[in-house]
Amino acid sequence: MLFFRREGTITLSNKITAKERLQINRQRMPEQDATARAANFQEVNLGFGEQLAMLEAQRCLQCREAKCIAGCPVMVDIPRFINYVAEGNFAAAAENLLRDNALPAVTGRVCPQETQCEARCVRGQKGAPVAIGYLERFVADWARHNEGSIVTTHAPRMGRKIAIVGSGPAGLTAAGELVRVGHSVTIYEALHKPGGVLVYGIPEFRLPKKIVHDEVQRLKKTGVKIECNVIIGRTYTLQDLRQRFDAVFIANGAGLPVFMNVPGENLKGVYSANEYLTRVNLMEAYDFPKTDTPVLAGRRVATIGGGNVAMDAARTAKRVGAEQSSIGYRRTRAEMPARAEEIHHAEQEGIAFEFLVAPLEVLGNAQRWVTGLKCRRMRLGEPDESGRRSPVPIPGSEFVIECDLVIVAIGSRANPLLTATCPELKLNKWGNIEVDASGMTSLPGVFAGGDIVRGAATVILAMGDGKRAARTIDVYLKRG
Amino acid sequence: MHKILSKRKLSPNVTRLDVLAERIAAIRLPGQFVIVRRGEGAERIPLTIADSDAKAGSIALVIQAVGKSTRELVALEEGESIQDISGPLGRPTELIESGHALCVGGGVGTAVVHPIAQGLFRRGVRVTSVIGGRSKEWVIFEEELRRLGEVVVCTDDGSYGRKGFVTDAVKDLLAAGGVDVVYAIGPVPMMRAVAELTRPASLHTSVSLNPVMVDGTGMCGGCRVSIGGETKFACVDGPEFDGHQVDFDLLADRLSIYRPQEQKSLARHGEACLIGLEKPKGA
Repeated sequence: MLFFRREGTITLSNKITAKERLQINRQRMPEQDATARAANFQEVNLGFGEQLAMLEAQRCLQCREAKCIAGCPVMVDIPRFINYVAEGNFAAAAENLLRDNALPAVTGRVCPQETQCEARCVRGQKGAPVAIGYLERFVADWARHNEGSIVTTHAPRMGRKIAIVGSGPAGLTAAGELVRVGHSVTIYEALHKPGGVLVYGIPEFRLPKKIVHDEVQRLKKTGVKIECNVIIGRTYTLQDLRQRFDAVFIANGAGLPVFMNVPGENLKGVYSANEYLTRVNLMEAYDFPKTDTPVLAGRRVATIGGGNVAMDAARTAKRVGAEQSSIGYRRTRAEMPARAEEIHHAEQEGIAFEFLVAPLEVLGNAQRWVTGLKCRRMRLGEPDESGRRSPVPIPGSEFVIECDLVIVAIGSRANPLLTATCPELKLNKWGNIEVDASGMTSLPGVFAGGDIVRGAATVILAMGDGKRAARTIDVYLKRG
Repeated sequence: MHKILSKRKLSPNVTRLDVLAERIAAIRLPGQFVIVRRGEGAERIPLTIADSDAKAGSIALVIQAVGKSTRELVALEEGESIQDISGPLGRPTELIESGHALCVGGGVGTAVVHPIAQGLFRRGVRVTSVIGGRSKEWVIFEEELRRLGEVVVCTDDGSYGRKGFVTDAVKDLLAAGGVDVVYAIGPVPMMRAVAELTRPASLHTSVSLNPVMVDGTGMCGGCRVSIGGETKFACVDGPEFDGHQVDFDLLADRLSIYRPQEQKSLARHGEACLIGLEKPKGA
């Protein structure tokens, strides 16, 4: 187990004893009413106010060896910023948080805290852990609204240029870190808007686009340049970038949808979750015909998958007007990779769950529109190499989920657009870029991180990669 | 922002815009396309690069105004700008090195076949173009194609050139022999018909598919087509495929997915124009 011994001593101005701290219960996140929100795209969680935040912050025991930090992929000094919140010194909390985390308003909303920082919190051993995610979100939102009161420092420019491919969480984080230590950064984004999965994938009700926009603007003000509509592998090659920049960080994500590979998958009414969510989020199809991009609303929508993307798709379907929205997953609730809060919110909003089912065929009518999804029931068998019990089909258990829209949310793989144009770049058998422990690829000066390396993972892991790559790039450039 | 350098109406519903896009103009190859987004709230539309001028830094977009988005695009005037253009996308055309190529264009597809004919001509390949339209005023790119080789024009009503469909002319040219490859681009029924004509002799026939797309980089899978029984993404695996392998029924079917929504959008657009709420820019 890793511990992070924290430098300096932190004294609490409000002299509250450990016993008193232990008596405070975890504060609940105020949220929009489930019935009302299932019909709108406004954020579900409403956020802590100052009083609630200070109260929750006082629950933190300020452990000298803070295990929560080791649980954070970007290693935020959690007790330190929380202590400032407890004191009501939000500016200091924000300055400290922003030093460790380039996108706290994002991670405060989308991180799986229950398996990371909060899982390590000692208060969780007896009762509920400190609501670190909610506090992070509070501080980040305070920072967005009080930009003028936060002091950020930047090293003078050193004249080294770095290109970043992709403006998702990994790219934005790396950019923030690199400009701070004095490098010039240009991000190339394939779509027309920066943010990557934060704008095309994660829905408004979970992560408002305004927040991503504000975070991007904040980075731009620090000198990060972002060029949209540039596709590396098409508009420019990786070789072009290597010639024009001192280092390159590839963070173009896992933008290749995986389909089920069952009959009927090309019928009208079958979407990849990528397409469905991109239409609704990035292209704002929920506002059609005020906006120009349509999306099939569906009356009965069946989503296949068990991750956050499946939750997002099923909950979005409800909001664009589906009467029934269900999720089919081949294992049980316990194995679902989605965040606990998303599963909970989905249940509250009336999403139906079918566990232990696997799709066999998409059924359609004479006009080739979807009419149902033929599935079969599964049971959990022996654990596989990953340690998870693998689903085994139950013979003769076929049944049909009646639906007019099927959303396939069973993952995404590495998009080959960039890598195909650069055969020297070493890939693994799934097409993901191989990197060494420092994040460097087989090409000198070319680094990679996020989903293009990991396969579909999480925002915070991508940010952790971005942060690590930034440090390695800095060392690489100073050495070179 | 991409400034419109010139605008020209080519037929009653087809408009050519020459737009500033320097990087794309410098590197685009025959068969490639761009994704265009007019402005805030607008759709992302795939458009083939019909021509380019590397010196001027411009690319030619040939747009058939059918829905709200394309109508708004062609309502833009010289000097105005298109907000987003990304590309060049798609695999370039596989051009033969020598011999005789038949380039068949139907309707706005003629503009798509033009860069292919251009590429072939530059390699010294003999190009014969067969192009068609409803009547004389619907025939486009005739002059440009004449610079590259022989052109056979067909009109449905016989008002210009040969009366009948392009497939009739193709049939005759194939019968005369000596054709090494066919590039056929136009409406789905036309491409299918040409592919059927060349199938018995297994004469390679390349067609360009235009399914519904969103990102154009392989991310969404909306443009999936079936080629020889295998699902492919037209945006990254195509847009050109072996016409003998294409499931044209599926293509036509998937092109119809948003027809009700398109009509709704167009109706709303029409009303807004009538009562002056949403005057298209430059109208």
